[in-house]
Amino acid sequence: MSPSAEPPAATKKKKPAVKKKPKGVRLVIDAELCKGCGFCVEFCPTDALALSAEFNRKGYHPPVVTEEDCIYCEVCELICPEFSIFCVDENEVPPGNGGGKSGTEGG
Amino acid sequence: MEAAVKTTKHNKFEGKANHLATPLLRTERMPHIWCPGCGIGTSVNCFAAAIEKSKIPTDKLVVVSGIGCTGRVAGYTRLDSFHTTHGRAIPFATGLALANPDLNVVVYSGDGDLSAIGGNHLIHAARRNVNLTVICVNNFIYGMTGGQVGPTTPERARASTAPYGSYEQAFNLPKLVETCGAVYVARWTTAHVRQLARAMGEAMKKKGFSFVEVISPCPTLYARLNRLGDGLDMMKFFRDNSETRNQAPTYELDIALQGKIVVGKFVDRDAPTYLQKMNAHLSNVLGERFTRWGEPTSDGEEAY
Amino acid sequence: MLQSADAKGVLAGEHYLDGDWACAEGALAAGCRFVAGYPITPSTEVVERFSRRIPTVGGVFIQMEDEIASSICLQGAVWAGYKAMTVTSGPGFSLMMEHIGLAVMTEAPCVFVNVQRGGPSTGLPTQPGQADVMQARWGSHGDYELIAVSPNSPQEAFDLTILAFNLAEEYRVPAVVLLDECVGHMFEKVVIPKPENIEIFARRYTQQPKDGYKPYEVEFDGWIPGMVKAGEGYNFHITGLTHDEKGYPAMNAQTQEVLVRRLVDKIRLNADKIVRYDEIQLEDAEVVVIAYGITSRVAHAAVAAARAKGVKVGMLRPLVIWPFPETRVRELAQRVKGFLVVELNYGQIFFEVERIVAGQAQVRLLGHGGGTVHEPEAVLDEILRVAGA
Repeated sequence: MSPSAEPPAATKKKKPAVKKKPKGVRLVIDAELCKGCGFCVEFCPTDALALSAEFNRKGYHPPVVTEEDCIYCEVCELICPEFSIFCVDENEVPPGNGGGKSGTEGG
Repeated sequence: MEAAVKTTKHNKFEGKANHLATPLLRTERMPHIWCPGCGIGTSVNCFAAAIEKSKIPTDKLVVVSGIGCTGRVAGYTRLDSFHTTHGRAIPFATGLALANPDLNVVVYSGDGDLSAIGGNHLIHAARRNVNLTVICVNNFIYGMTGGQVGPTTPERARASTAPYGSYEQAFNLPKLVETCGAVYVARWTTAHVRQLARAMGEAMKKKGFSFVEVISPCPTLYARLNRLGDGLDMMKFFRDNSETRNQAPTYELDIALQGKIVVGKFVDRDAPTYLQKMNAHLSNVLGERFTRWGEPTSDGEEAY
Repeated sequence: MLQSADAKGVLAGEHYLDGDWACAEGALAAGCRFVAGYPITPSTEVVERFSRRIPTVGGVFIQMEDEIASSICLQGAVWAGYKAMTVTSGPGFSLMMEHIGLAVMTEAPCVFVNVQRGGPSTGLPTQPGQADVMQARWGSHGDYELIAVSPNSPQEAFDLTILAFNLAEEYRVPAVVLLDECVGHMFEKVVIPKPENIEIFARRYTQQPKDGYKPYEVEFDGWIPGMVKAGEGYNFHITGLTHDEKGYPAMNAQTQEVLVRRLVDKIRLNADKIVRYDEIQLEDAEVVVIAYGITSRVAHAAVAAARAKGVKVGMLRPLVIWPFPETRVRELAQRVKGFLVVELNYGQIFFEVERIVAGQAQVRLLGHGGGTVHEPEAVLDEILRVAGA
């Protein structure tokens, strides 16, 4: 998928950007895990995502987000086959940034 | 599509510092082997969401896979998981489920594994209403071995062993399993992430044989051999050509090459499971001499 | 980890049983509580008996849709924490080969019973054969070793089925009970001891903590990983792919060498501890008859007749047939004149003996394709021929 300079023309109506955002919530994109499939860009309901012009180490174009358009609906998180895009609540991020819930890494 | 944020306090974000699938994944084994644009990873997200939402205790949750791309799911899930032989996940899962009825056993495998070599086991487990959840990722092809034709490959679609297009009738899996006795049958595509997650949760909580078909893109083989574009093109096709018809009769669910895909929840009924019938019948015949199998659950329900 | 048998499964007392029924009783006494089977002559009576007994003992019998399903269903029960078994004959045994390999690779302790009949293919369903012996050892693909036992009476069908379960647990390997149709359908007295007099090898579970658990880390006897069962929060992964200690697929030559060499060596290098055999009048023997299963009953009569004629002959009868009692045969080869292998096939254990004897003595075969058992006179004639030669 090639990077887009602007959102796809007239394929869908963009929902108006939300004025009141939950505090401390943001979208995280793990660029190195991305394989550039484009699912997140296509299925984002507010066209907040686009593939960047940058390359990751594997040569794919990871997405970039326009945060003011993002409504944290988590569709991109659900649809991403690489587990590489997700919403986090920074108010609850444990020290070390990556503990998640009950799962553990390593072992 | 999801509605805009409602309030400033969102339960879904509470304590969340990672991808929703992270607690479920053996993250040390990432990245996984699935191709760019493959839908299996998407289905795993839905599985993770279903487990989280339905509060199923993960200690008792077991994943059993066969061989194939979807079969690799077992290796990536941080649960008691079994990567068994080609086509035989269901009888293995039957052994687990009957030996320890406390386990919540999920078979997670592909269309070829489950309906070709595994077809016999599929129909009998459904017939017996063994308490299993079968998640069948249907990408219409045998992906891992290089794109051979399978029982769900639509007529006229090409595959490496059907180079001029398939001339075989394809299975309609929901119809097949319903006919055999499945008590829960649903089909969604990987473009229907929320519905799919909900269906997986329902299926896992359901007593008896539940079957969830997941229509998924295979960009490297199916899409390429049939000139359908890439994974994203297939996902767009799924989104734009699916029709949700809950409770549609399963004989109307055939999928033609690039044809309409009917999705929804088609069967959701109650019937005694294999174990319930075994216990009831033998108790009836043998009376006091019979030793019931399976302890009642913590809320007093008999083992199923 | 030896313990007494669970009384619920022990039908203590004196019984008149055929080999198939005795095998079922042996499984119950050994603590087997799960059988997945499929009917096939002449093994069907084993599962018929088990299906009749298990509802009062407590457990599960399920007749699966085919032998392929049976041979893997029982392994699901193994990983749920139970002792499990399946039962079949030649054609079904062939279907089960892939899953015997799975049990070897995943180190699942379990028992496969093959009541041998005439083969190949559909062959002689109701008549005995002993032509699956090599298949029991080599039938699955890849490198591996396993354990097989060869009862020659209903009493031994009971005793050696328990031994099969015990050795399977000790070495975490599938163990095969190689009956034949004659022993399987023969009725004899079977004494079932009280549970406290039956030794059971209990499953050895892991001592590791759950966090960082490695299902294939060696914990016992320098060879054997600790077992685990589903539902306890260990979050273990089991695969038939070549795997590392964590159980994760690691498909490379180094991992293959580490894993598969241990799977082979845990049996091969412990063979002297695993083998069990019977010796009849071997002390001064110049001719050694090697026979197993029903054929050993006939051979025993022939050996007695030959002794009556003054021939110094004895018999070596393997009870554990795989691993084969190689050390003992090699010892005997150094001092005897010859071996006579008597079996109901066209030569299977014969080639094993020939290999081991390595030309130090003559090795002769008296074999035929099954259907009928050898005549004692025919065995006697051959003994005399070997003695005279």
